[in-house]
Amino acid sequence: MKAFDYTAPATLPEAVGLLVSQPSARLLAGGTDLIVQLRSGRKEADLVIDIKKIPELNALDFDPIAGLTIGAAVPCYRLTAHLVIQSHFPALAEVASWIGGTQIQGRASIGGNLCNAAPSADSIPLLIALGATALIAGPGGRRTVAIEDFCTAPGRNQLASGELLVSIQIPTPAPHSGAAYLRFIPRNEMDIAVVGAGVAVTIADGVFTAARIALSAVAPTPLFVPAAGAALVGQPVAPAALEAAAQIAQSAAAPISDMRGTAAYRKHLCAVMTRRALEIAVTRAQEN
Amino acid sequence: MSVTPYNVLGTRPIRHDGADKVTGRALYGADLQLARMVHGAILRSPHAHARILRLDTSKAAALPGVFAVVTAADFPPAAADKIVDFGEGDMLLSSLRGNILASGKVLYSGHAVAAVAAVNAHVAAEAVALIEVDYEPLPCVLTAPAAMAPGAPLLHEGLANGNVAEYIRHEIGDLTAGFAAATVIVEREFDTATVHQGYIEPQNATAFWSSDGRVHIWCSTQGSFVARDATAAVLDLPVSQVKVTPMEIGGGFGGKINVYLEPVAALLSKKSGRPVKIVMSRRDVFTGTGPTPGSRVRVKIGVDTAGKITAAQAWLAYEAGAYPGAMVGPGAMTVFACYDIENVLIEGFDVVVNKPSTAAYRAPGAPNAALATETILDEIAEKLGIDPLELRLRNAAKEGTRRADGPRYKRIGCVEVIEAMHASAHYNAPLPGPHCGRGVAIGYWFNIGLPSSATLSVNADGTVNLIEGSTDIGGSRTSLSMQAAEVLGIRAEDVHPTIVDTDSVGYTGVTGGSRTTFATGLAVYEAAQDVVTQMKARAATLWTAEEVDFSGGIFSSGPNTLTFAQLAAQLGATGGPVVGSAAVNPRGAGGSVAGLIIDLKVDPETGKTDVLRVTSVQDAGKAIHPAYVEGQMQGGTAQGIGWALNEEYFMDASGDMRNSSYLDYRMPTALDLPMIDTIIVEVPNPGHPFGVRGVGEANIIPPLPAVANALYRAIGRRLNSVPMNPATILNL
Repeated sequence: MKAFDYTAPATLPEAVGLLVSQPSARLLAGGTDLIVQLRSGRKEADLVIDIKKIPELNALDFDPIAGLTIGAAVPCYRLTAHLVIQSHFPALAEVASWIGGTQIQGRASIGGNLCNAAPSADSIPLLIALGATALIAGPGGRRTVAIEDFCTAPGRNQLASGELLVSIQIPTPAPHSGAAYLRFIPRNEMDIAVVGAGVAVTIADGVFTAARIALSAVAPTPLFVPAAGAALVGQPVAPAALEAAAQIAQSAAAPISDMRGTAAYRKHLCAVMTRRALEIAVTRAQEN
Repeated sequence: MSVTPYNVLGTRPIRHDGADKVTGRALYGADLQLARMVHGAILRSPHAHARILRLDTSKAAALPGVFAVVTAADFPPAAADKIVDFGEGDMLLSSLRGNILASGKVLYSGHAVAAVAAVNAHVAAEAVALIEVDYEPLPCVLTAPAAMAPGAPLLHEGLANGNVAEYIRHEIGDLTAGFAAATVIVEREFDTATVHQGYIEPQNATAFWSSDGRVHIWCSTQGSFVARDATAAVLDLPVSQVKVTPMEIGGGFGGKINVYLEPVAALLSKKSGRPVKIVMSRRDVFTGTGPTPGSRVRVKIGVDTAGKITAAQAWLAYEAGAYPGAMVGPGAMTVFACYDIENVLIEGFDVVVNKPSTAAYRAPGAPNAALATETILDEIAEKLGIDPLELRLRNAAKEGTRRADGPRYKRIGCVEVIEAMHASAHYNAPLPGPHCGRGVAIGYWFNIGLPSSATLSVNADGTVNLIEGSTDIGGSRTSLSMQAAEVLGIRAEDVHPTIVDTDSVGYTGVTGGSRTTFATGLAVYEAAQDVVTQMKARAATLWTAEEVDFSGGIFSSGPNTLTFAQLAAQLGATGGPVVGSAAVNPRGAGGSVAGLIIDLKVDPETGKTDVLRVTSVQDAGKAIHPAYVEGQMQGGTAQGIGWALNEEYFMDASGDMRNSSYLDYRMPTALDLPMIDTIIVEVPNPGHPFGVRGVGEANIIPPLPAVANALYRAIGRRLNSVPMNPATILNL
């Protein structure tokens, strides 16, 4: 690891100013990806900007109208421990408890998980399913991007030069909604998803009225499959509908073979994980 | 409660190094700090097979903060080639040097090419990146079958046959007649992937080449004397010019017998005049040290209607990695070692491939072979309608059984282990539900002797100091202290063990081959007997007695009695200190048989295996410290299950390892395994005064076939390749 300069601005304009003047700077929230990448030589940095001292990036607020705001630097453990998140967004609390181990969760942020833009990122399919958006600040002001449009390639995202992620906004789920994220790993913990499926459904009178489905680790970016959700809308809640949606998700997947699984195996898992995630989401929706 | 003649053996005292380990005071190699110390880094080959056309270190040497750069050209001129003996395996000096720093060709991705010493590890890494190497990439071969195929790229000139470095053949009886007498014959072929020992602590070495010409090494090693001798051989120094101080060791499992960094750190120190410390990264450990061989094994077994094995044939091709020495020898010796078979043919091939040069790993070579034998026996038992343990019992090796490679067994516990498995609560319990399967298997490991030395000095307060040279991987400080305490009639806590450097104790072989509690234990036993003899003489002086008895910690003669502590207090007045010492080179190592019963559940949709229940059974001869025997059984079982299910070197076609981190090299974590139950069988080894058999290794042999057999019952299909991971289970 090469020596680098470190700075920790206290305000968002200050951070944007630093990014504009030094576009090659690296942003540090929890550092659980960045430090590993710097140490392994996969990334280099002359300047590291620590964003943890910026109040807005540490916000974790819920408002029934505005929804949930997760500051870009909020560590996972705060989500897991948050009572409103546990009750309104149980799938999100679960995902925050699955990313890394206990020590990692004290530092790692959902914002960092998003910006790192790994195809296998655990939080992103769920954020897509929940209809979340990314609030971005830059020299030109602020803009909002749907999470499904945020990642552009493995390790690459929508952030332009001088821009940084401020927060993730998740709308308040409609009544009788449920969400779930399931990943397949060959071990029981401490592993990277071979395939992940994030789903969210809304049910009225035994019929799906809304559904969103996204997958991880089966494409260069986390994959939103609108057709899979659309296929559920208007269908009665029944195993055949879930299986049909799962098959559509599977068809959309274009995985590769690597050390974590073969393409054929990943393809197979897409349907299994999507169906199983839908079963959990349906149960949650019916309990809401 | 069983009656035991022992006061200390069989109890479970707290380990002597426990407080230091749990409070963080124990010093590991990476903790070492010396005045003026600088830090080394290694340049490694990105190619699996390439000729080095040009190697230019000038830019690295010119970087500010760099103190020295070395390449293979810095080795002293090569004397005649010779064998460097590591105790558990050996290597030609030319191969050892070639592996430490490549010369002419690189033979695997990760092969060390050059090294730098700099003011800190970051500058050293930066300097390494400035070393310029022009490679001419050559075609690579990554598996034994590919390397044995006609026209395969050759790694070395002058091996026995292409890439085959050695051919082994063991034959007894009449194979054709044996198979003709069989009613059921099963033949199958199995592939296993390269796997790593997976110790937590990376290799490290610090060296200081002093101006008087002596080299002092601090390192994490399973054998300080082996590290000394190998380093001296590589550097062409007399062994007395090298002193090795073994630091605490964070796991080895066979992988820390060889030397990688020690000679490099020494050369860098010689050039820089400073102490040089090198610590490997995890990727360095995976790609630059010795894993255990991948293999292809073909086995054919015939059994008659009575369930008696009439003939067995094995063909084993093991990947040595870049240099000869694949541990196919022990594979060939153990493949049928649990059974009494009259007609046997075993052929073994030591095959070089473009992968890291392999090293020992817990019963090296045996699990690959047992996978074949034990799954085929399971299949034969099913075909004959015989309980799989009953089939093994009918064929179990006993005292007097002759193995195909020659030796006849002294007393071994094969029958007793199988009987204990059969009688266990686990084997007689029902399976919990659908998609579950139970598998059993057994395995044999020789264990070894080799030299060990020990010294005991008696303190006036009735305690003794134990000086020994066996680096402590698995609680040997305590298992050795207990043997001294038993002889001297004192508590284990009254023995203070210290593991010292190679200048401070007699030659002691590696902590490997499950030999330490046996062989160093014997040295400690003899040293303690020496102490007893001397102290009897002191008592005789005190009492002016002709004969003094010693029993249960009491010296006595007629009406006179003194405890060990009471007499120890009077040594000053009876002639001065008492120091007992012994050096041994025992021949009586007793082999150990281990068995495993495992219950698994498979998710039929994902292929994920959950381990439900495990029972490990092993013959310990005499369990000195039962908790550490159980720990060895549980550790070997955990490693074997990981090997069976998910672990592998995932190499791309160019020979680059793609999963060189503990995130993606999927060893089981604490969350992946249930508590592993243990049953210790004690069939005393006639070659040790307390009956000790080594227990460190045999336990890793049964898991591969036991998992395969359990999976067969869970999914209805026999798997012939390891790892048996979820994709393999679903055939995707």
